[in-house]
Amino acid sequence: MKMSHFIAKRLFYSVFVLLGLSIVIFTMSRIFPGDPARMALGTLAPQWAVDKLREQLHLNDPIHIQYFIWLTNALRGDLGMSLVTKRPVLTDIKTFFPATFELVIFSIILSISISIVIGVTAGRHANSLFDNFVRIASYLGVAMPTFVWAIIAMFIFAYSWNILPALGRLNMGTIPPPRITGMITIDSLLTGNFRAFFDVLKHMIIPGSALAIGRIAQDTRIMRASIVENLRKDYIAAATSYGIPERLVMFKYLMKPSLIPVVSIMGLEISSSMAGSFIIEFIFNWPGFGRYGANAMLNKDLNAIIGSVMIVGVFFALINILVDVIIAYLDPRIRMAFRSE
Amino acid sequence: MEKLGINKKSIQKNWYKFSRNPLSIIGLTVVVAIIFITLFADFIAPYPEHAGWYTDFKNAKLPPSFNHPFGTDTMGRDVLSRVMFGFRYSLMMAFVVLIIVVPIGTFLGLIAGYYNNTWLDTMIMRLTDIFVAIPSLVLAMMISALLKPSLFNAMIAVTLLWWPWYSRLVYGISSSLRNEYFIQSAEMIGASPLHILFREILPNTLAPIFTKMTLDVAWVILIGSSLSFIGLGAQPPTPDLGTMVSDGYKYMPEIWWVSMFPSLAIVLTILGFNLLGDGIRDMLAAEVY
Repeated sequence: MKMSHFIAKRLFYSVFVLLGLSIVIFTMSRIFPGDPARMALGTLAPQWAVDKLREQLHLNDPIHIQYFIWLTNALRGDLGMSLVTKRPVLTDIKTFFPATFELVIFSIILSISISIVIGVTAGRHANSLFDNFVRIASYLGVAMPTFVWAIIAMFIFAYSWNILPALGRLNMGTIPPPRITGMITIDSLLTGNFRAFFDVLKHMIIPGSALAIGRIAQDTRIMRASIVENLRKDYIAAATSYGIPERLVMFKYLMKPSLIPVVSIMGLEISSSMAGSFIIEFIFNWPGFGRYGANAMLNKDLNAIIGSVMIVGVFFALINILVDVIIAYLDPRIRMAFRSE
Repeated sequence: MEKLGINKKSIQKNWYKFSRNPLSIIGLTVVVAIIFITLFADFIAPYPEHAGWYTDFKNAKLPPSFNHPFGTDTMGRDVLSRVMFGFRYSLMMAFVVLIIVVPIGTFLGLIAGYYNNTWLDTMIMRLTDIFVAIPSLVLAMMISALLKPSLFNAMIAVTLLWWPWYSRLVYGISSSLRNEYFIQSAEMIGASPLHILFREILPNTLAPIFTKMTLDVAWVILIGSSLSFIGLGAQPPTPDLGTMVSDGYKYMPEIWWVSMFPSLAIVLTILGFNLLGDGIRDMLAAEVY
């Protein structure tokens, strides 16, 4: 089986899972008690207005017909109107998604780089004082819900020491760069607006670290374990006894196989930080997709809820395929398995 | 008891293995303490009446002191008392969810694994694929938003999406066990499918299930408190830890104690169950594999 076949097969399978997911989500949104039209208009709206909205949303049709209407529209890129923002859901998501993507990527970079450095150091000096300290700290990190760290970090860095901004994406005085990708970091670099670049980076530190904290703890543990395991392998002993410099042994022989377990759970982690962004963006007033989704849920904005949950599902599916490709690149054993078949 | 191999000697041996790691002992102590507080919150909380709608604006926003070790919140309620009751709601959520989810998930996993490669297997396992295709937190938030947000509905939400993890765990074990000799001989003697599922396969899955349950208490508490933090779970005045944190963080720089102590309580609970779960996993590991 070639790599391209493998990817095609995964994509094909993902489509089925996503279809199933859409059926589950859609059914839940229609069978749970409560009239969505009444919810959207409020308790004071007259009955005729509610009836009219029910007609518009096809709520009077049988549920499978409603689903097919939704699905055909969704495949054409129409996820319906948001009942709260009064704009198409897809337009809303397109507006808000880049901000979240930026934050999630930042938190991934943060967690991967920190956990590799700490994990490798702890693994190479196993059972030292530093290693034990890391072990205790990682227990604490895993037990820390994102919102708890968010609040503690906000308290320490933004309010007590006052060195980092707490809320929003940019300071009031900073001129935002023109929207090209929607990610301020990239837009500001493209337009040479370094003030905005550093400002947005500063704003990302607390929310980004809140998204990263649990993963830093987990990845450090995995990284440490795999370093300890691989250090015992014969090929490391062989490489060392050939007199290959330690630095070379480290990076060429030890790091690559040790990275595989960390990368293989990366897909799960990216999606967990997407989920975390629903809470973190809410706390930090970060104008992103997570805050949009959380607000849709709090306001029971049906189309927006279904739309944003489906987008998370699509994103998750794509990321998982990407991670499999990265692992195949890192692990020659898997790559060879593809070639030989 | 004898049938499952539980006797005095094995208990002694397991306790020895468990107690070798000081972290497991810390976990056990924390969990026992929390369960104790949960059961007797009415008697040991300094102000039990502060758990519900109670207002005393004269004593509102008091910093931690001898009378109120964790301070008082914006309505003058003692934060320590509310944290003690908060443990109760967190634990209740975890136990209710797990008591429903574990039997259902295990049963479906057993069937799917035993009837491997049949339509039953396909149906159950593809259904679990759908539920794990999206982060649990987002799905829980969605279900609990579609139902009316409340503690009870948050429990329903987490219950609906948690069973697939048990099915997948049990499926892995049961689909590999069905080719073992002891299952095949049982089939040959003419044992009924029920006997094979519950008497032959199920006992082999108990240790991993038990380990996962202990660790899952922590995860369910984490999801539950996240839900109530964002307003999709327990509603005020329920003294849920997540609700208390979200009540407090709006007044953050000045009256930090209102959200800080419930936050630490959440961390302590999750930490305790994680440490205990790791200890149990290490204790049972050699016995199973």
